[in-house]
Amino acid sequence: MISPSFNAIVPMLCATAGALVVMLAESWRARGERMPLGVLGGIALSAAGIALALLWDQQASSFGVIVADNFGIFVSLVVVVAGLVSIAFSSQVLDRDGIPRGEYYALLLFAIVGMMMMATANDLLVVFIGLEVMSVAVYVLTGIRRDDPRGVEGAFKYFLLGAFASAFLLYGVAFTFGLTGTTRLDGIGQFLAARSMSSSPMVLLAMGLLLVGFAFKISAVPFHMWTPDAYEGAPAVVTGFMSTGVKAAAFAAFTRVFLSAFEPFSADWAPLVWYLAIATMVLGTVVGVAQHNLKRMLAYSSIAHGGYLLVGLVAANQVGKEAILFYLAAYAVTNLAAFGAIALLGTADRANDTLQDYRGLWQSRPMVAGVLTVALLSLGGLPPTAGFIGKWYIFSAAVSAGYYGLAIAGVLTSVISVFFYLRVVVMMYMTEPAGTIAPPVVSRAALATLAVTAAIILYLGVLPTALLDLAAASIDTIF
Amino acid sequence: MTSTHYLVLSAALFMIGVFGVVTRRNIVIIFMSIELMLNAVNINLIAFSLQWGNSLGQVFTIFVIAVAAAEAAVGLGIILALYRNKETINIDEMNVMKW
Repeated sequence: MISPSFNAIVPMLCATAGALVVMLAESWRARGERMPLGVLGGIALSAAGIALALLWDQQASSFGVIVADNFGIFVSLVVVVAGLVSIAFSSQVLDRDGIPRGEYYALLLFAIVGMMMMATANDLLVVFIGLEVMSVAVYVLTGIRRDDPRGVEGAFKYFLLGAFASAFLLYGVAFTFGLTGTTRLDGIGQFLAARSMSSSPMVLLAMGLLLVGFAFKISAVPFHMWTPDAYEGAPAVVTGFMSTGVKAAAFAAFTRVFLSAFEPFSADWAPLVWYLAIATMVLGTVVGVAQHNLKRMLAYSSIAHGGYLLVGLVAANQVGKEAILFYLAAYAVTNLAAFGAIALLGTADRANDTLQDYRGLWQSRPMVAGVLTVALLSLGGLPPTAGFIGKWYIFSAAVSAGYYGLAIAGVLTSVISVFFYLRVVVMMYMTEPAGTIAPPVVSRAALATLAVTAAIILYLGVLPTALLDLAAASIDTIF
Repeated sequence: MTSTHYLVLSAALFMIGVFGVVTRRNIVIIFMSIELMLNAVNINLIAFSLQWGNSLGQVFTIFVIAVAAAEAAVGLGIILALYRNKETINIDEMNVMKW
């Protein structure tokens, strides 16, 4: 019998074991032999998902630094689902683009381990290690097509700015340790609450540096420079994975650090996050309008969605915290569907990701066009989709906390963003196909996954209560 | 030597690193500047470890060194792939994608 203090890390162990088996299998693979590595990854992630479900309400804690409370489990489940959906899309795409399968799946699983570690970490050291495990794997995934100049350039920019941001985060961690003598989040919270040192420049310095580090990872304006390039350069499946998984994990750690450890100083950091939220929503939307590449447009859309999540963090009331979790889940499913559709439409010689490539898609690929439409409407926040409910809760949280400016900015930017989402829909339905490009072959498994994601988007839009209850149960245990 | 001396040294090194990242155009030198920033943090952590009289900061430093090594391995790999594609390591020429 294993000691119960290991319980909280079992999901991570499952994913790690899967990643190691994939790596070993790849190294023993005979030349030209095909192995079901994707299935292996799927099994490891399913095991992790089951372990997470079993840990629900258990309040398991390992060594005091990993706490599998419901909040962490909720975000970890979002990440695991993002991984499973990405794997379901990957098989076809990897063969088409000539991406090495073993490395791809191993890195994907390691990235998920890092994300789960960030989501459940109760210690700044563990947050940092989880962040790096995740980031290092995702840097490589971004540039996994080594002969593609855009992919490598995107990976390079992501790596350079990511490492730069990690240094800031780490400097903030060092000052937090210097102030409080501990890196445990609960210990920091108690220490800061016990002493009133709100005017101390050291606290502000530590918080500011941590804020910069996290803002880079969730691509908040003005720390968003890497996002469009990395998202455009990476293969579309990887973009789908990192725009959901990385954002969910980074946001979970951000929320946990600032709403538990630095809660006593919310009067100091909330105004800063307020400005970040406004700048992120406005810039993401306005620059998104000018884009002609669908991946780049969705990258700016992803920046704007980070801004909506920040609104929930500023509001920081009961509704706001629930809304953050619901929004993360809704946004993850939606973005996975959108990037999955883009990934499946590519062909070996063309990515097919500019706006013109979507002319008359409804006639050549009705199923993919339908799913992409649902995803884009959800990103734009139109009912009856998950995105609408998410935005509704975010903005009502802002209003009930008295942040009317944020709510108004959020609604206005949502309205503007509908323009560029609908532009793609118009392109797909109301123009004639260009006729020069042969429609790509899309596998049945990938189509089925697309259909499932679209069904989840609509389900969450019509009957959101089940997930909202889970989100409420998740935040009851902490904060 | 009090811990303040170490903190000032660390802040100076961190600032030199930031300055290098912002002003240098050679990718390898930018990368070295980032490593300098990480090592500045290490000095900071050890100084605080001394001040608090616990070893947590030193443990943290060892983790940071390990992570920095992993990051360097991946980063140099990416820089090499970039050089093969572009035949240059000047950051001003990394402009396939803009806005």
